[in-house]
Amino acid sequence: MNSPNELADKIHSLTKKDFESDQDVRWCPGCGDYAVLAQVQKILPTLGIPRENFAFISGIGCSSRFPYYMETYGMHSIHGRAPAIASGLKLSRPELSVWVVTGDGDALAIGGNHFIHAMRRNIGLKIILLNNRIYGLTKGQYSPTSEIGKKTKSTPMGSIDRPFSPVAVALGAGATFVARAVDSDLKHMASVLERAAAHKGTAFVEILQNCVVFNDDAYGALSNKATRADAGVFLEHGKPLVFGKDRNKGIRLKGWEPELVTLGENGATEADLVMHDEKASNGGLAFFLSQLENPKFPVPLGVFRDLEEPAYEELNKAMAEGARVAKGPGDLGRLLSSGETWIIK
Amino acid sequence: MSTATSGIDQTGAKAAAGKMSGLVSERQVEELDNVVIRFVGDSGDGMQLTGNEFSKAVGEAGHDFSTHPDYPSEIRAPTGTLFGVSGYQIQYSSRPVFTSGDAPDVLVVMNPAALKTNLPDLKRGGIIIANSGAFTEGNLAKAEYQSNPLEDGSLAGYQLFKIDIAEFTANALSNSGLSKKDVGRCKNYFALGVMLCLYNRPFDKEVSDIRKKFAKKPEFADANVTALTAGYAYAEATEMFATTYQMRASAATPGKYRSITGNSAAALGFVAAAELSGVPLFIGSYPITPATDILHDLSALKNYNVTTFQAEDEIAGMCSTIGAAYGGSLGLTTTSGPGMALKTEALGLAVMLELPLVIVNVQRGGPSTGLPTKSEQSDLLQAVYGRNGECPVPVIASYSPSDCFDCAIEAFRIAVKYMTPVILLTDGGIGNAAEPWLIPDVASLPKLAVKFRTEPEGFQPYARDENLARPWVKPGTPGMEHRIGGLEKDFFSGNISHNPLNHQRMVDVRAAKVAGIAKDIPPLEIHGPKSGDLVIVGWGSTYGSIAQAREKAEALGKSVAHVHLRHLNPMPADLGEILKRYKTVLVPELNLGQLSKLLREHYLLAVVQLNKVQGKPFMVADIYDRILELC
Repeated sequence: MNSPNELADKIHSLTKKDFESDQDVRWCPGCGDYAVLAQVQKILPTLGIPRENFAFISGIGCSSRFPYYMETYGMHSIHGRAPAIASGLKLSRPELSVWVVTGDGDALAIGGNHFIHAMRRNIGLKIILLNNRIYGLTKGQYSPTSEIGKKTKSTPMGSIDRPFSPVAVALGAGATFVARAVDSDLKHMASVLERAAAHKGTAFVEILQNCVVFNDDAYGALSNKATRADAGVFLEHGKPLVFGKDRNKGIRLKGWEPELVTLGENGATEADLVMHDEKASNGGLAFFLSQLENPKFPVPLGVFRDLEEPAYEELNKAMAEGARVAKGPGDLGRLLSSGETWIIK
Repeated sequence: MSTATSGIDQTGAKAAAGKMSGLVSERQVEELDNVVIRFVGDSGDGMQLTGNEFSKAVGEAGHDFSTHPDYPSEIRAPTGTLFGVSGYQIQYSSRPVFTSGDAPDVLVVMNPAALKTNLPDLKRGGIIIANSGAFTEGNLAKAEYQSNPLEDGSLAGYQLFKIDIAEFTANALSNSGLSKKDVGRCKNYFALGVMLCLYNRPFDKEVSDIRKKFAKKPEFADANVTALTAGYAYAEATEMFATTYQMRASAATPGKYRSITGNSAAALGFVAAAELSGVPLFIGSYPITPATDILHDLSALKNYNVTTFQAEDEIAGMCSTIGAAYGGSLGLTTTSGPGMALKTEALGLAVMLELPLVIVNVQRGGPSTGLPTKSEQSDLLQAVYGRNGECPVPVIASYSPSDCFDCAIEAFRIAVKYMTPVILLTDGGIGNAAEPWLIPDVASLPKLAVKFRTEPEGFQPYARDENLARPWVKPGTPGMEHRIGGLEKDFFSGNISHNPLNHQRMVDVRAAKVAGIAKDIPPLEIHGPKSGDLVIVGWGSTYGSIAQAREKAEALGKSVAHVHLRHLNPMPADLGEILKRYKTVLVPELNLGQLSKLLREHYLLAVVQLNKVQGKPFMVADIYDRILELC
């Protein structure tokens, strides 16, 4: 056992390298997952948590290989079930930092139910969803986030499925922390992950991730240096929605619809723009933002919502403590002979 | 019989003014040594409660008993309909009781539909106590009666007692201030009062139980006590009952008893496993009939080392349990038929991860939604084989309500010792049925040794001990960070491996580990001759019917033995040799022959099947008759 000081030293001396496992990373060369892995490995040593207290749980898919590459406790489980497994782990061991790494198929198709219910409960999981809008491991079928008309091996005539936005689903499920980053912007991704790590309750982060083999350039506009300033808008709490290379574009409300404006044109000023408020108790603004998509609008990046609500595991612990106060600690002998009993002599 | 069906109206007034002592003292008291009573009514009539209370009263009087609740899957089926009938049967005796009895001696029927559906089971000449007020034209029509059976002489072969229970209850409660609806709800206590008197059961105890039960609603406590008292007084005062009945206490093992259902016994067993091992219990479950009571019971025990989690679905119930077991808890999930199907994929993962957890399947009639409230034993092959891949899981089964307690502990003993998921099979019959339980002394319970590995030196996640079990390592243990998963793993390191020979070795070792549990199963108990003409092999809830049928046949001089299996995968090591000592092997099951298949496969034996799939337990006669045909 470490003394508190030794423990503190041990935590402070952790580096990115300490979080790299000895397994060869087997994603395709150029896969966006590498960037996410590197950023996660970079921020974990800074969180003040002993390495042994991290657990990474994943389902099935390219993204779900993630735990193998982390020198932490980890489980590569079955398709879609990671949030349910992680919930059991977190409930039984609230002191652990439990992360779920999932993908658009894993979280939104086969695992949709577990995904929404984890967020509904606000259980202390960090859920990173790598959204490449395609099934990669099964070699290229459309996913729940693929756009209408997408031609894939299972939709040779184009997909007729309407996609949904992971951020909108998370908001609809009542998630208390919802954010988005893109795999090509490492610094921003790291800042979003740090915010997620600090959040109490479920923290959901969608990372727009490029699949070089089956859906290359899905987020080209957001990643290309020439276009990215116009293709995305960074959300900052208390700041207006301004974007563009020249920081002269903005979004304002026209009725319930978003409207793109250029500052200084037609009398548009910053004061007219939508002001971001990630703490708003009403989810309307966050949901409004979740509907903004390329090419018509810039894609919002950053924290959509960050509310402070009790975490499920805390409530559960308090309930157990309450029961112990009210009924006294468990006594097996007393329990077995509780209820209506009789003696036979 | 003619006296029994007359004079009701005159005595009613007397009963309403009833005193609790000896208005009528010249009645005969008949000594019984066994009686089977069935309470039947609409599913809203409170027959389950009446039956429960009555069984408690006979248990407290020192009788052995066994019950069988039989209720429809509709919560409140339309009143008076044939499919809405809910029943509760109890057999109690001065001798050991194994089943809830074949044919009832007494039927307490609250309406025509209850009479119609249950009369065929009643013994010839048996007693019918009928809530005559409910035999209205409308109810008779719903039960498809052309004329009122209470009046048309069609029940001449029985002892019929007509009591307008609803009317008497309403009269007794005329000043209670309760609504008509609430008054109607008290009539089951009137019926209970009648039965307590008729069977000479203590009355005061029930009054104090009602006060306890309705402590938070004193107006209902008062009303129910009044109804109970009125029923008791009525039965005591009326001249209708020429005879009352009493019974000697059974010669049961001395000690402290309580009435317990299989689901409650299982819940207590799981708490005991947590206490005995010092490892917290986690239950992740999704409500499903008839298993939900285990979740209910454990949810009320949060002051113990118990975490309960009502998951979003059956799959999440299983998966959260895997997560908790990974975290170092005793993982438990409870389910029934269709829920078991949903858990199957994750169960395969648990086999790969080699984590200790227990899945309880309180079996019900299948397939699909099947018969949710009826019992069946048709999930045995699913439990033993029903997964993708070579996926061995130990399977055990409880044979009675109180045995669920021991099996819960046994399931976790195997799970933690061998680092494996374990399936515990019970069924709706066992889960909901009650019997007296000799409360065990905590010191007499087995210890469950659990060791978490904390030593990083030489650690390999899949290195095995002498039982072929891998180490259990809790996340949070310094220096032992590692990854596990559903992909095939290296024999030692647990890292992903697609090596062909490694896969062969892993499949073999997982099979060998589970097969090796056979050496850890105590020798089988043989009831009856150690060799002879016939051996009956049973498992699960058929125990009582088999045991009673065998005793009856033995009394006739038949050479017949009974072996009841608790361990179904692996089978006990001595079973094959035992079966060879008998000319014939008979396997009664509430399925189409699933254990029979396993026995044939394991021992290359000819096996005689006896199968029933009616959602009902075997009657003793079903088995007894087959025995006589075979030897």
